[in-house]
Amino acid sequence: MNAIEVRDLFKSYNSLTAVDGISFEVGYGELFGFLGPNGAGKTTTINILCTLLKPTSGEAYVAGSEVSREPDRIRKRIGLVFQETTLDNELTTFENLLFHAYLYGLERNTAVRRIDELLSIVGLRNKRRELVKHLSGGMKRRLEVIRGLLHGPGVLFLDEPTTGLDPQTRAGVWGFIKDMRKREGTTIFVTTHYMDEASDFDRIAIIDHGKIIAIGNPHKLINEMSKTTVTFVTGDDDTARQLLSYGMSRVDGGKYQIRIEEPGDFMKRMLNLSGLKIDEFAINQPELEDLYISLTGTEIRDERIEHPVRKRGHGS
Amino acid sequence: MRRLVLPVYVITLRDLKKFFRQRSRLIGMIARPLTWLLIIGTGLNQIIKGSLGVTYIQFILPGILGMTILFSAIFSSISIVWDREFGFMKEILVTPVSRISIAFGKMVSGTLISTVQGLIIMVAAPFIGIRFTIAEVFSLIVFIMVVSMCISAIGVFIASLIKSFESFNIIMNFIVMPMFFLSGAMYPISILPRVMRYFMYLNPLTYGIDSFKHIMFAGLTSFRSDISMLNDIVLMISFTIVSIVLAAVAFNRQHNE
Ligand SMILES: Nc1ncnc2c1ncn2[C@@H]1O[C@H](COP(=O)(O)OP(=O)(O)OP(=O)(O)O)[C@@H](O)[C@H]1O
Ligand SMILES: [Mg+2]
Repeated sequence: MNAIEVRDLFKSYNSLTAVDGISFEVGYGELFGFLGPNGAGKTTTINILCTLLKPTSGEAYVAGSEVSREPDRIRKRIGLVFQETTLDNELTTFENLLFHAYLYGLERNTAVRRIDELLSIVGLRNKRRELVKHLSGGMKRRLEVIRGLLHGPGVLFLDEPTTGLDPQTRAGVWGFIKDMRKREGTTIFVTTHYMDEASDFDRIAIIDHGKIIAIGNPHKLINEMSKTTVTFVTGDDDTARQLLSYGMSRVDGGKYQIRIEEPGDFMKRMLNLSGLKIDEFAINQPELEDLYISLTGTEIRDERIEHPVRKRGHGS
Repeated sequence: MRRLVLPVYVITLRDLKKFFRQRSRLIGMIARPLTWLLIIGTGLNQIIKGSLGVTYIQFILPGILGMTILFSAIFSSISIVWDREFGFMKEILVTPVSRISIAFGKMVSGTLISTVQGLIIMVAAPFIGIRFTIAEVFSLIVFIMVVSMCISAIGVFIASLIKSFESFNIIMNFIVMPMFFLSGAMYPISILPRVMRYFMYLNPLTYGIDSFKHIMFAGLTSFRSDISMLNDIVLMISFTIVSIVLAAVAFNRQHNE
């Protein structure tokens, strides 16, 4: 069995269907990304997988147990970093971690050793006795990530772990997550809005309006769903005619575009053609961002602006 | 066993640490009852004389103690709602800790915090002419703890019924304030009309405050309480047990849906 298996999962809040019949698997040790616009249903899915929310229908297995039937077994084996911060501001860095360790039944000595080790790795060792309210946003996020890993979970859920972080901290957090994954073999389920982060995940799923619209290895998805485009700009009528006859289509004002599989081959063939007066030549390799936008559209979905209160917590 | 006790310990330790770190809350919680005692007590001391068997400022000390416990325990338990929206409670609900033990943790921490505050208020007693024997101090501590436990449990019960912090004002106005005024804290139960007396008899705080009166005025033969000490004990303990069970069940249900 896989680390996560989801079958026909539905979740509705009154009349709104937040998760609309999704099915997918995540293998053990995999780094799996869950991408989608605001309000797509990512957090709702995580809350169901983490046993904080009961699904309306469908099944979900995490670490071998079903979420509705054996929530306690799952809770022992997972870690979760929430989208919003859930640290205790009035407690110190160390106390936040120690209390967490105790709740998972770690012995004090084991807990302290592990806490100090993790604090050093993320560069927070000198903030050990600091009240959390005196930490910066990036420090808090790092603290939450190590808290999620403190008890050595088999599956770690991260809900937008890097949102709002500066590029250095973002890289730092990822370095740490990937490192821990290598060392402890943790399966990682992560949501993010940063496509550059997601392009080197093992697999991703793109979810929109509660439905999965694409799933697989990011590079494969890109190759399958969008082709490399080559664009020529020319002011010469003859060239233009030849280009059209070559199978290119006109995009706008003097621009001709063709979608191709192999830019290298194409180049060779082009060079063999004579008499062309090419002014500019550009190859645009599509990125995950292009794929994402082509699948989910360009319309803004930020419900945070429309329903500030509603977005805060998901109760249960 | 460890699985049940550990969370209670963690939650209690956390709440106590937070409580003693929040100076303003600590000061407010001590200042309010002392202000009541001074302003209401000394003010009405001159007007109300005779029938009580004690001076008015002495009469309201058990009531002020009850008020301190009431506010402190409710506040401590209702913080569940806050924590559920902004942090700790969400965090703890993903851990393997049982829901029941979380509910107990909140009740125990509420009990300890309220007891501490109640005892701080009792420092005022000698200054208004109320003295205790060692045995009385001991039994007062026990009764303060029972009342604190009962109110904390009621708080956890309420917190498990409400969805968001917006309901807090409603709770204060329609549950907490009436509980305080209909408890015999400010005047003897016997002077009230029948209908209101029924409400008082349904209010656990009534028996708590009455038991405090029995202990505090034990040496004063002139004072007669409305309810017997035996009834106070039996009813107070019954209310406490019922509240604890309701709180545990409601909390468990809310967090397992
Ligand atoms: N407790 C709730 N009650 C009612 N509706 C809710 C609740 N929680 C979420 N929703 C709705 O369910 C939908 C999915 O929300 P969800 O939080 O899962 O989105 P998301 O993909 O995590 O978005 P974001 O990227 O903004 O975090 C949204 O339309 C949201 O308004
Ligand atoms: Mg979300």
